[in-house]
Amino acid sequence: MSDNFDALIAALPDLRSGVFITLQLTVGGVVLAFVIAIVLGLGARSPRWPARVPSRILIEFFRGTSLLVQLFWFFYVMPLFGIKLDALLCGVLALGLNYGAYAAEVVRGAINSVPKGQWEAATALSLSPVRKLRKIIWPQAWAIMIPSLANLAVMLLKGTAVAYIILMHDLTWETDQLRQTTGNTFFAYGVGMIGYFLIAYLMVLGANALERHAKRRLGQGPPKGGLFSVRITDKATAAPMPAANAGGGGAGAGGGVV
Amino acid sequence: MPPTDSTAVTGQPAIRFENVVKKFGDNTVLDDLNFDVRRGERVTLIGPSGSGKTTILRLVMTLEHLTGGYIYVDGEPLTHLEVNGRRVERRPKDIARSTQKIGMVFQQFNLFPNMSVLENITEAPVHVLGRSSEEARTRGLELLDMVGLADKAEEHPTRLSGGQQQRVAIARALAMDPEILLLDEVTSALDPELVGEVLGVLRDIAKSTDITMLIVTHEMQFAQDVSHRVLMFDGGKIVEEASPDVMFTSPTHERTRSFLQAVL
Repeated sequence: MSDNFDALIAALPDLRSGVFITLQLTVGGVVLAFVIAIVLGLGARSPRWPARVPSRILIEFFRGTSLLVQLFWFFYVMPLFGIKLDALLCGVLALGLNYGAYAAEVVRGAINSVPKGQWEAATALSLSPVRKLRKIIWPQAWAIMIPSLANLAVMLLKGTAVAYIILMHDLTWETDQLRQTTGNTFFAYGVGMIGYFLIAYLMVLGANALERHAKRRLGQGPPKGGLFSVRITDKATAAPMPAANAGGGGAGAGGGVV
Repeated sequence: MPPTDSTAVTGQPAIRFENVVKKFGDNTVLDDLNFDVRRGERVTLIGPSGSGKTTILRLVMTLEHLTGGYIYVDGEPLTHLEVNGRRVERRPKDIARSTQKIGMVFQQFNLFPNMSVLENITEAPVHVLGRSSEEARTRGLELLDMVGLADKAEEHPTRLSGGQQQRVAIARALAMDPEILLLDEVTSALDPELVGEVLGVLRDIAKSTDITMLIVTHEMQFAQDVSHRVLMFDGGKIVEEASPDVMFTSPTHERTRSFLQAVL
């Protein structure tokens, strides 16, 4: 076993660079997916068909085709048309488009589950459509969509493991190298598993903090607290806010307690 | 307060319904409705649920699409106008100019939970009317004082009682200096002991301003106190129209009598 740890220590610099590649793919993918989710999610609920139809088509297309095949396309097929992209860019594009398509549905669902009364009150105050969406609807939809988006972000992290097929030396690839040097499959993949789990766990903690912050802005949950604070709902004298609490359906809210 | 201040009740109509038709699918809610609300007049709509009262308010606030006919606000067409005998929809910008004169208070308050009480009130004056945040803040605090909630300015709306939330909603609507105020069953979602504080605020506003009001309520005493005129609706039509004194003491139509008997 001590041989294994010697090999692990020797492999640490490589593993670190593998983690770095995985993180680059994850961060790039998440950022692109988020932008795509907002654009397509808003587009898909537009009353105007020139916005709605292309959004729907893109969502269905990237949701309906395999991440692996998309990756192959960007890396192996596009060069046939004279477009040669860097492997990292291919990875970020495929991950961002694929998970962005899923996330677009989350964004759409969350916006739709903000109570109708909020839209109507904003209309009654003559707020412009952009202002209405940005200042009234989005902050409420955001709190609803965080748990589902966090789920997708963690899935995207795990999805980066396919990057080795476009020759990237990510955490999975380096794990496999460790397997070859130690000859111990259990040990090497154990290290890989722990690596992914730790990154995913950090992401979950981050998402929980974001969710608590978003809910606090809506007057839900405790007014202030640390990362691991216990939730105590203050039911003192406050009357329920029927409009504000009615949401939470569509996007699968509610999770995310540490 | 008897509605005798008829000096304010003059001039061209603040709201005019002309052959208004509203259908939800195959269901005709309003059928060829015609009536005027004069400037400064306070008109209450009563009638059984499903008679189209709330739909009337929602049409004026452009929260519903008008199926047929025309609505005029201050003599200007609201959502549709007639051009060469054809009925055409106005541009969103033009509609927005008209709706700026109209404020609405909802049954469910609909305060924005992501803003403080004061922010709820100042958001639209600053970003729609272009007032400075100083000015909006001062006016907002004045209005909060008027509805008895000066000490709640920085509170979160979810921490207020239903009656307090509704009073904030009233202050929020007034902050836009509306010419027309629509009150849609504003006490129906409140616990009985909280109804009084909200109606008290509205009585004060009715007494101290000349804002045109179109009111839907089940509080008949309130209707009698503040309205100049009461319209009894049934099946999307006006069954009877009278001053509150006449309407609540000696209605002429059998349908009005049976309705009032049931609710009083």
